[in-house]
Amino acid sequence: MLSIKDLVASVEEKQILKGLNFEVKPGEVHAIMGPNGSGKSTLASVLAGREEYEVNSGSVTFNGEDLLEMSPEDRARAGIFLAFQYPVEIPGVSNANFLKTAVNEVRKSKGLEPLDSKQFLKVMQEKMKLVEMDKTMTQRSVNEGFSGGEKKRNEIFQMAMLEPSLAILDETDSGLDIDALRIVSNGVNALRDGKRSFIVITHYQRLLDYIVPDHVHVLYKGRIVKSGPKELALELEEKGYDWIKEEVDSSVNA
Amino acid sequence: MSEDLKILDEVTNSEYKWGFVSNIESDNAPKGLSEDIVRFISAKKNEPEWLLEYRLKAYRHWLTLTEPTWPNVTYPKIDFQDIIYYSAPKAKPTLNSLDELDPEIKSTFDKLGISLEEQKRLANVAVDAVIDSVSVKTTFRESLGELGIIFSSFSEAVQEHPELVKKYLGSVVPYTDNFYASLNAAVFSDGSFCYIPKGVRCPMELSTYFRINSAGTGQFERTLIVADEGAYVSYLEGCTAPMRDENQLHAAVVEIVSHEEATVKYSTVQNWYPGDKDGKGGIFNFVTKRGICLGNKSKISWTQVETGSAVTWKYPSVILKGDNSVGEFYSVAVTNNMQQADTGTKMIHLGKNTSSTIISKGISGGRSQNSYRGLVKIAKGAVNARNFSQCDSLLLGDQCGAHTFPYLEVNNKSSKVEHEATTSKVGEDQIFYCNQRGISTEDAVGLIVNGYCKEVFNQLPMEFAVEAQKLLAISLEGSVG
Ligand SMILES: Nc1ncnc2c1ncn2[C@@H]1O[C@H](COP(=O)(O)OP(=O)(O)OP(=O)(O)O)[C@@H](O)[C@H]1O
Ligand SMILES: [Mg+2]
Repeated sequence: MLSIKDLVASVEEKQILKGLNFEVKPGEVHAIMGPNGSGKSTLASVLAGREEYEVNSGSVTFNGEDLLEMSPEDRARAGIFLAFQYPVEIPGVSNANFLKTAVNEVRKSKGLEPLDSKQFLKVMQEKMKLVEMDKTMTQRSVNEGFSGGEKKRNEIFQMAMLEPSLAILDETDSGLDIDALRIVSNGVNALRDGKRSFIVITHYQRLLDYIVPDHVHVLYKGRIVKSGPKELALELEEKGYDWIKEEVDSSVNA
Repeated sequence: MSEDLKILDEVTNSEYKWGFVSNIESDNAPKGLSEDIVRFISAKKNEPEWLLEYRLKAYRHWLTLTEPTWPNVTYPKIDFQDIIYYSAPKAKPTLNSLDELDPEIKSTFDKLGISLEEQKRLANVAVDAVIDSVSVKTTFRESLGELGIIFSSFSEAVQEHPELVKKYLGSVVPYTDNFYASLNAAVFSDGSFCYIPKGVRCPMELSTYFRINSAGTGQFERTLIVADEGAYVSYLEGCTAPMRDENQLHAAVVEIVSHEEATVKYSTVQNWYPGDKDGKGGIFNFVTKRGICLGNKSKISWTQVETGSAVTWKYPSVILKGDNSVGEFYSVAVTNNMQQADTGTKMIHLGKNTSSTIISKGISGGRSQNSYRGLVKIAKGAVNARNFSQCDSLLLGDQCGAHTFPYLEVNNKSSKVEHEATTSKVGEDQIFYCNQRGISTEDAVGLIVNGYCKEVFNQLPMEFAVEAQKLLAISLEGSVG
């Protein structure tokens, strides 16, 4: 469903992604790990279509279409969802109102009738249960005054509402307490249906105990430098990144 | 809240949709201003001698004044001799039912989406519709009459309740007040009059719709609202204007009197034609609005949403005379393209324990200029007076300007004045976040800006809040590149 070939991308004249290759098939869960500043969030931003990130070369196709040609909102409507590492606050706009607008935009692009308030409320209540979200949260302004963990939970709630075909979770686990981690993971797992795919960006193997990935990749210096089964995450947890860094850096120097 | 999406859908890419011209035969005065024109207007309206005298005094005073230049706006010089000061639709203004309404006027209302039948049946709102200068139809008058509430055109009030008009006219905004108030006092055409008797709570929102209709017709409405002891009224004024190529002057005066323990809530959504993208055409809106909290524990609350006009000059004010009286000002002023707005409020504290709140949200896009100008004055005798002001500016783009001019005069030590001001830009982050959820940039801006204005919209009656959100989205089209 997603195919990234030789992707080179930069931000503010600085090259971050340096020839990245990556393939996601329907229903797969891919974990991306890697040291700070290696380009994980950059990859997520490029896929979501953030303007400041310039694609210099390479290609990205999503369900056969050229993703890089699409506007951010069209990518979202086509089924790409990004759970932000740092969710944005929108004062004065209630979560419910925000989501209703979003859900109906996505429906419109699919030729579906908009949900009326009653229908929307019903769907919302269902999905709120999924991430055990407090009722009052939907009436509060989008992310405003939310705790770090609440923001992350809200991202997953939005994902559940929008039912994307490819969800990219950028460090959704950071800032979550132990219970919240379980709840959020359960929410994600409930949305695994064999067709929906996930790219899970994380620093911690712990999350992958809950959301078990099909593949684990290490992103370093703008490239996927190692891929393996879920056990790779355990190895990383144990050994850190140095051995991989050494491998890569020595081969570059050689 | 369910309305938001519908509204955003409706307004996307729409031009100024209320810009049409209807074909109502006018009964115009000749162009220009002189004592004869003042007499002509007064005679046309069959006014009593004292009112003619009032107009003439105002006219003579106006001759001694020059246009103010202190507002932070620029516009071509107005030729006051090139304006028609009176025009009236020929249709008879005294109608028994809506069926008798001039079909042209009726279809005008339909285009505006304010079909009177609909309003009459569905909404709990009495509409006093003003086309040009003469009031065409007043509804719900009888049911209000049973409570002793007077809600009529200003002209009718002059005929039917001259003693009330005489008592309060000019008592808050005297004809000597300023250049435009003076002009208005000399030539005012019509407007609304509203009186709520002692202890009566007006059971419905009172509402008027003003339109400028004849080319080159200056509009000089005069509105007077009086709430007697313990009374309550919520009054709405909304307006839309047809698209025009030449600038039109609008200089209204609104006076509000709130007696002991009375409350007047005045809400406006203002949408005069702002001119095209290059600033051509558009209405000049120079308005004097002022209320006085005359009695103890009285209250006056202004809420305004300003999206229109090429040039706006407007400072709804409250004089807090009675002890423990309360003044409020909630404002959203939007400017886009070449629009200029200089708007704000004045809170004049005279009585003890008086308090005032100012919440102002200025939003500027395009190459527009948006100024907040506010005065908080606390007199020596206003012991323990309180004021809180919050003035926020939101910039959409980098070619527009936002300016804040707060003036504080505190003359006693027991009073407390707080002023907060912020300037922010609509964040790329916020827009991208919305985009990532499938919301287009234009809709995102509408959503973010409406959120920004929520505190003010919350003050508006429901149906008005919906209209305000629509107007905001319309006027912000193309504001972000
Ligand atoms: N908008 C930007 N302007 C300048 N530099 C940027 C910008 N965005 C990212 N970078 C830089 O690109 C590099 C990769 O950043 P990125 O956020 O993709 O890393 P990451 O792998 O997500 O790291 P972390 O694990 O800390 O979240 C960093 O050096 C970062 O400073
Ligand atoms: Mg990151």
